[in-house]
Amino acid sequence: MSTALACRDVCIDIEASCILSNVNLAVESGEFVAVLGANGSGKTTLMRAILGLLPITSGQIDVFGTPIGRFREWGRLAYVPQRLHSAGAVPVSVHEVVGAGLISPQQRLPRRGDRQRIVDALAQVGLADRRRDRFDALSGGQQRRVMIAAAIAKDADLYVLDEPTAGVDAESQERISETFGSLREQGRTILLVTHELGPFAALASRIVVLGSPRGETSTVLYDGPPPVPDHLRERVWHHSEDVVMRAPEPGVLEPGAG
Amino acid sequence: MGLLGYDFMQRALIAAALIGLIAPLIGVFLVQRRLALLGDGMGHVALTGVGLAFLTGIAPVPTALVVAALGALVLELVRAKSRTAGDLALALVFYGGIAGGVMLTSLASGKASTALNQYLFGSLSTVATEDIAWLIGAGALVVIVLVIFGREMFAMTLDPDVAHVQGIRTTRLGILLTVLAAVTVVIGMRTVGLLLVSAIMIVPVAAAQQFTGSFRTTAMVAVGLGLVCSLAGLTTSFSLDVPPGPTIVLIALAVFLVSAIAAYPVRRRRQRHPHPAEEHHHG
Repeated sequence: MSTALACRDVCIDIEASCILSNVNLAVESGEFVAVLGANGSGKTTLMRAILGLLPITSGQIDVFGTPIGRFREWGRLAYVPQRLHSAGAVPVSVHEVVGAGLISPQQRLPRRGDRQRIVDALAQVGLADRRRDRFDALSGGQQRRVMIAAAIAKDADLYVLDEPTAGVDAESQERISETFGSLREQGRTILLVTHELGPFAALASRIVVLGSPRGETSTVLYDGPPPVPDHLRERVWHHSEDVVMRAPEPGVLEPGAG
Repeated sequence: MGLLGYDFMQRALIAAALIGLIAPLIGVFLVQRRLALLGDGMGHVALTGVGLAFLTGIAPVPTALVVAALGALVLELVRAKSRTAGDLALALVFYGGIAGGVMLTSLASGKASTALNQYLFGSLSTVATEDIAWLIGAGALVVIVLVIFGREMFAMTLDPDVAHVQGIRTTRLGILLTVLAAVTVVIGMRTVGLLLVSAIMIVPVAAAQQFTGSFRTTAMVAVGLGLVCSLAGLTTSFSLDVPPGPTIVLIALAVFLVSAIAAYPVRRRRQRHPHPAEEHHHG
């Protein structure tokens, strides 16, 4: 098994304050790893550094054996954000959002087969029939599934996801965990950054808890199989009330209501 | 038909058609990137270029092109360093550009104020024969760059972080987009004028997106509206004997108003049933 991701003694400072220190983390190909932590534990910071969006102060982050600063095999790495930066500015169709996942400097012009890739990726998240719809006409959970479809269309080896189920209705949560279950079966590597394991509890092969021991700088507190050890539960769940799921529309989830 | 009998009107129509087609193509990316006012700043910088041209006697279109493109470059480099500095930089560029333009023009000659007005609000009679080649060249450049980099630019404006993970050089593309906006501003400076040219980049996009469902259709409809508005504005300004810039922009705003009102029922329906698929979901 090869190593998809390796963080060695990673320290990250943002504007002179130390956010993370001495983070060591290795993810082997085919693993499903969930990074857990309360607000302010630095999990988003770590994720951004892994993606090359944030410089690290010291240490090293290797993605598929290459330091992230020199990493160029972008086709192997996919990122699913919580929401799109430009959502709601100019109308974009679901097809275009998924299609954006296929655009790269190596692929400036559309290729044959792009359309089929988009259709297939949308089918995997159960939204094939919404391809022509406006992205902003979908519910929050459906939008998240479309962004996941964009990552799937890219056909990457390592998927990095930011809170894929926060604020997502139960139906979409279930659908998302199914999608990642099948990606895992295909041998893809998944790194999930989240407040709450939720529907991924059964899928994660390993969990990593970030937090600050005794008020010091945040670091890895636990790295091992689920569940979260009892003495750390408080840290992970500490702030999770501010990501309480939006209540589903009345009637939608009640069995037999239609 | 009388209109096409005048050489200057033929040139003005070519220039208006060019800006009508190209401005919304850039505008749609600026709106997506939430930089709708960027074109304004670039217009101000181009004014300094015009002033410089008056003072030195060099042709105004190429001078404005170079000055606006350089201004765009500086602005993007500051923006890349920090977000707040970028916001301030935009403001400074606004002030500096217009002050520099007026100052240089005033230093240049006595005829300055009429000439300045023509550049600020457009004019039917100032598109020179040698300008046409520059305008077509600049327009072709914008289109070619968009054909090559347009899709990457779309991904970048949709979400720069995701685009980065696709290997897209987002900072460089951001610079390129701003430079293209600067070039577009100069294409529109003769007919629409530097103070109003930004409107023809943005207003057709705002009108189109009232009832479109994708980025591609928004861009195409906006280009169609831009072309219609700038040609209609130019001919109206000819018959009313008023500057073309304000006429084109007022027509574009009227189109926006009509499309916003016409799309109102569609939007309301969408708000009432935001998630149509979930209705089919029970049992």
